[in-house]
Amino acid sequence: MSALAQTSWRPDGASDPLATRHGLIGAPVSRIDGPLKVAGQARFAAEVSMPGLLHAGFVYSSVARGRIKAIDTAAAEALPGVALVMTHRNAPRMKPPALFGTTPEAAGASDLPIMQDAEIHWNGQTVAVVLAETREQAEEAAALVAVEYESLPAVTAFAAAKAHAHPPESVLGEPAVLEIGDAEAALAAAAVKVDLTFTTPRQNHNAIELHAATIAWEGDRLTIHDASQLVTMTAATIAQVFDLDPKQVRVLSPYVGGGFGGKCLWDHQILGAAAARLAGRPVRVVLSREGVFRLVGGRTQTEQRVALAATADGKLDALIHTGVAAMTAHNACPEQFTFPARHLYAARTFKLVQQVAEMDMLANTFMRAPGESIGTFALECAIDELAEKLGADPVAFRRGIEPEKDPTSSHEFSTRHLNEAYAAGAERFGWAKRSATPRARRDGEWLIGMGCATGTYPYYRMPGGAARITLTADGRARVAAAAHEMGMGTATVQSQVAAERLGLPLDRVSFALGDTELPPSPVAGGSNQTAAIGAAVIAAHTELVKALLKLAGNASPLAGLSTDEVEGRDAGLGKRGDAARFESYASILRRAGRDEVTVQAEAPMPLELQKWSMHSTAAQFCEVRVSESTGEVRVARFLGSFDCGRILNAKTARSQFRGGIVMGLGLALTEETLFDERSGRIVNATMAEYHVPVHLDVPEIEVIWTDIPDPRTPMGARGIGEIGITGVGAAVANAVYNATGKRIRDLPITLDKLL
Amino acid sequence: MRFSINGADHEIDFDIRTSLLDLLREHLQLTGTKKGCDQGACGACTVLVDGERINACLALAVQYQGRAITTIEGLGTPGHLHALQAAFVEHDGFQCGYCTPGQICSAVGMAAEARRGVPSVVTADLAATQIALDHDELRERMSGNLCRCGAHNGIIDAVRQVLAREAA
Ligand code: FES
Ligand code: FES
Repeated sequence: MSALAQTSWRPDGASDPLATRHGLIGAPVSRIDGPLKVAGQARFAAEVSMPGLLHAGFVYSSVARGRIKAIDTAAAEALPGVALVMTHRNAPRMKPPALFGTTPEAAGASDLPIMQDAEIHWNGQTVAVVLAETREQAEEAAALVAVEYESLPAVTAFAAAKAHAHPPESVLGEPAVLEIGDAEAALAAAAVKVDLTFTTPRQNHNAIELHAATIAWEGDRLTIHDASQLVTMTAATIAQVFDLDPKQVRVLSPYVGGGFGGKCLWDHQILGAAAARLAGRPVRVVLSREGVFRLVGGRTQTEQRVALAATADGKLDALIHTGVAAMTAHNACPEQFTFPARHLYAARTFKLVQQVAEMDMLANTFMRAPGESIGTFALECAIDELAEKLGADPVAFRRGIEPEKDPTSSHEFSTRHLNEAYAAGAERFGWAKRSATPRARRDGEWLIGMGCATGTYPYYRMPGGAARITLTADGRARVAAAAHEMGMGTATVQSQVAAERLGLPLDRVSFALGDTELPPSPVAGGSNQTAAIGAAVIAAHTELVKALLKLAGNASPLAGLSTDEVEGRDAGLGKRGDAARFESYASILRRAGRDEVTVQAEAPMPLELQKWSMHSTAAQFCEVRVSESTGEVRVARFLGSFDCGRILNAKTARSQFRGGIVMGLGLALTEETLFDERSGRIVNATMAEYHVPVHLDVPEIEVIWTDIPDPRTPMGARGIGEIGITGVGAAVANAVYNATGKRIRDLPITLDKLL
Repeated sequence: MRFSINGADHEIDFDIRTSLLDLLREHLQLTGTKKGCDQGACGACTVLVDGERINACLALAVQYQGRAITTIEGLGTPGHLHALQAAFVEHDGFQCGYCTPGQICSAVGMAAEARRGVPSVVTADLAATQIALDHDELRERMSGNLCRCGAHNGIIDAVRQVLAREAA
């Protein structure tokens, strides 16, 4: 049960009453869709069957920059079962997709035209798509397409690109350069300081589900069963590419087999739709694992400098974080690695500079905590090194530089409890047992060390979301939003929240998602989906209560009450603080002669972000064992202590935090997309050669949280999808130093770097 | 060609280049078995053949005629879950659920291997006839099944609980 939520995003607004309520909020409810998933009955994008389906095969460019001089498709076309070979010569005319961020609905990963001319822009670009009756035929035919290229000079070496590095116009709406005081002068004058360079490699999301789409045209209406974390934006952008009305494009994506930023709009959905149109038949696109590496960008490589100056009493006199990220001329993902330094610590002077270096490569993109994941690696390793120089414990040192308000924007924090997270984490992990001297603990050949680091990720709430609630006379509610389920437990958590808000038992509430026929949703990115849908459901709930009070009329015990005076409880509406004035939903609807009532509303603009500095933080603790003979690093223990506002489902939240941490272990120790700087080609485009953590790499991971509500967010919650990965790279690197005495500032920390 | 899948016989003709995985997914609509790499590197396609776990993406379908093939659909249904499936739900041994059928089939095959005394790289006594599936043994033996969502702890907890219950 719950009173109505007010407008907490306004400076004068009251908190969402759910923020302090128990009951279903925070309960460790098992996933509602769990039985379907474990039984193999959840239907993914490549699993929709359709009569007359054709299968797609892709041919990728083998040069980084140039032109297609000749392309011979005759052998492919002659194979039995082949229905179409599409190249730039016969592809339908399509507009380049609007680049993500240029309009609220733009989803383009890059704004390059797709198969409209002979130009090659990266090694791996699609030069032909084959459609055939079977997958085997399509792949054989694709292998028979012969392409001759005229190569042009290409920038495929980071060092060469860096020579022309420049600040981008903006970094996700923030300035690329931010200076407070004269940090370089403060650094030069400081007695205790560090000035360090860190390098981080390319990485790929590598969700286990391959990118796939099952696509069908019916006249000018297009249906795409996609694996997508932005269905509304995909439909709008595909409509723009094919010159359709957005209503003519329907995107369905009820289950996504892992996203992490990678399941957005790339060339394969657009090429699949184009080929389906040419062939006049439905098409299934399933990229091979190699194809995913060729067509779907990942995290880009960076070189970062962190320089810190300390005062004698352990404060920061200068915080400098600058660096360069590789990008293309056709996208806008500058990997915001300076963002943590903008909000984490108090310092007298700041110099924060982001630059990009343009390369001829596949557009890079958002991958779990873009910027914050690798930015915290550099910053938090540097903090560890500075603390050591000061002879200070790294946890205590951080407590001393905790800011009272946002150090660069001067806004008040909506809430911030990093110190509490550190205290609880240190206690639970046994941090006090750490030796400040490296190489002090060993077990045979194994050197043992502990490290810690701060994690941080912003609260976002993207605009443009809406939600629909249908309340039926049998006392059930159906809530719906286009929304996305990539493993976060969206339907489960949103059902819990809606049930609590409406005062209904959980089994009376359902949540539908993954379909553009439902009210629009923003991207499931920036860890914003829970807040975005939560705000839309609050708005719809207010409309529902209005409608119910109207239907209840004068004969009801609720007569004369306003929306502010009532709350959802016991499957009906009641006056707050007055048990006697109550009417059940069933009774209201029955008396009004209605089977159901449906309302839809849009979430208000995220004004809370203009007034407050809103960030989650974490204290990450790691213990490693490093073999002195092989340099092999094993993570023995890990603990994450999080301050993310209210936790809505203890079971799914724990999984999400752990998942982020596991990906952080990969970032720290094993993951690297190898980019051949001579050819611009990714050379380890397989799961066998791109090493994600496997079971034996993952220790038991302990997760705790403060659970202190954020008074400025729906449900008091901040998103938790990305913060888990942040700080992990540094926690591991700092532990490796504590074990071995070696500072590794170049990810991943592979054994060759420790020998 | 005749196939026995989850106890049912299927008579079907197809391109002889078809993998067992594509036979299941594209021809028989048994899409519970997943494709994550098609190269034997991820384990998402794990099925049981005569009780042994294999990667269906590396198996040429024609070679599996007449063998007893069990897929995730043959282990349990949403209404009647296999003990391992129920334990995965209870311990949140998944997030997106895409690697999950492979993890579950793999765990069934893995338990049988241990019962037969098949050692792994972390087994201390290679001559032992009985293998105790401790935390390291379980993690090593499940390492062929990748999970990118990072549900490893929940997966191992679920498998452990079911094996402990079976042993009791
Ligand atoms: S799909 Fe068979 S191992 Fe990956
Ligand atoms: S649950 Fe998503 S890959 Fe394992």
